[in-house]
Amino acid sequence: MSLLPTEFAELEPYASTWCLATEPERYATRLATPIREMIEFYDAITPRAEEALTYLDQFDLDKMPDEATNLLHLLYSMVMVSFPVEAWGQPKVPDTGSATFDCFVEPRP
Amino acid sequence: MSRFPKPAEGSWTEHFQLDTLPMSYEDSISPDYYERERTQVFKRAWLNVGRVEQLPRVGSYITKEIATARASVIIVRDKDDTIRAFHNICRHRGNKLVWNDDPTAETSGTTRQFACKYHGWRYGIDGACTFVQQESEFFDLDKAQFGLVPVHCDVWSGFIFINLDREPQQGLHEFLGPMITNLDGYPFDKMTSRFAYRTEIKANWKLFIDAFAEFYHAPILHAKQSPEKYSSAAAQAGFEAPHYRIDGLHRLVSTSGVRFWELDSEMVKPMETITRSGLFGPWDKPDLGVEKMPPGLNPAGCDPWGLDSFQLFPNFVILIWSQGWYLTYHYWPTSYNSHIFEGNVYFIPPTNARERVAQEMAAVTFKEFALQDANTLEATQMSLESRVIDRFPLNDQEVLCRHLHQVVAEWVEQS
Repeated sequence: MSLLPTEFAELEPYASTWCLATEPERYATRLATPIREMIEFYDAITPRAEEALTYLDQFDLDKMPDEATNLLHLLYSMVMVSFPVEAWGQPKVPDTGSATFDCFVEPRP
Repeated sequence: MSRFPKPAEGSWTEHFQLDTLPMSYEDSISPDYYERERTQVFKRAWLNVGRVEQLPRVGSYITKEIATARASVIIVRDKDDTIRAFHNICRHRGNKLVWNDDPTAETSGTTRQFACKYHGWRYGIDGACTFVQQESEFFDLDKAQFGLVPVHCDVWSGFIFINLDREPQQGLHEFLGPMITNLDGYPFDKMTSRFAYRTEIKANWKLFIDAFAEFYHAPILHAKQSPEKYSSAAAQAGFEAPHYRIDGLHRLVSTSGVRFWELDSEMVKPMETITRSGLFGPWDKPDLGVEKMPPGLNPAGCDPWGLDSFQLFPNFVILIWSQGWYLTYHYWPTSYNSHIFEGNVYFIPPTNARERVAQEMAAVTFKEFALQDANTLEATQMSLESRVIDRFPLNDQEVLCRHLHQVVAEWVEQS
């Protein structure tokens, strides 16, 4: 069973880990994933990001097919991992010790 | 040399008649001082507890825990669409009336009435006591005298405020004053796509307000958020705000904008280019559907304009970005050296996935910055509590920090 639209089949290996509906799930997965795995995901998805946005723009946000919603969630995860990959070189923001900032309300989708 | 002109007095600090001497932070490490803040500030000032969109229907309610005032408050939309507030206490034997599973946690919902979990007394959403279990067992009990205890509640621009004083010294509009009420007409009501965050900070509540009241720290603490080329230029230039304003209890800093979309690609992060978004928000500004922005917004006419941070006494910030979205911050003390920090991010509802992803980028970026800001505070609190140093020099870009501590002191010392 594929999670993503067929046009984005090459991203399928990342879907089961990163198609996550909520920020707390995405943030927790980021903290628990080694940086090299996030770089691999980032390198795979960023060249397809513009195409994915164009693909998703054909749908109403409230009436997306499941595969499209999954792709949107994958793009949210792309945004999430971009900070470790582009800025920090590690999953956590440097020098943030035990600091947390928990997201408890977010728009759906 | 200043990039922006200073007031005639030579500095913002002197312009606002604040002293320029090194400042004591005893007010942030003293348990006694905090005890006075609880009653003198938080039981007397108007406190924002949310927005009307959180109460969409008749019977919609939220509870708000205000630990510093030892208060729990129910805020509810009554049948006549008025927003009302009541102390969250059953009149029978004082059980907390509305809570879910954990009596210390806030809750929300929609109801026709509130029923006490303990002995089943019931109250309408107008606060009236409507049912007493085994009423005939009581002694001359007149239900009409046992309604919920009201809390003063008023709404400005969709922001719900309460006041825990028996008789507030001022009404809400007078308390807010013209600098704030001149924002009337800003389309807060259209920005209903919300991200909400919360954390406990092991530092005095005023220290975090200080942290967001000055941007002197930004090029240093947040340097690594940007590519090297951008951050070294920013650190070299330092930070200057084009405009500060103080109106009674409240403060404003306006900052200049950056046209990221015109910058060289080496100056922005790849994800900012992909999503056309970042710290300042989506690069493509949404149509806000407002012909003329209210006079209180960007009052000094900064161009390019970045943001206005309105800091409302005592513990509430409304930060409006030029790119058509806004943030709020709340700082709820829990002890002299801890508080709950809440951040809310509000956007115009996205019309497509591209806009939604741009908003996601802005919200995630906000969190990355907030995590950096949060962690310095615990370090500062620990150092201040050592009492090795008792006076600290503040520069002119930290003028609003001085004002906060001064007005809190004025309220603490009022009789």
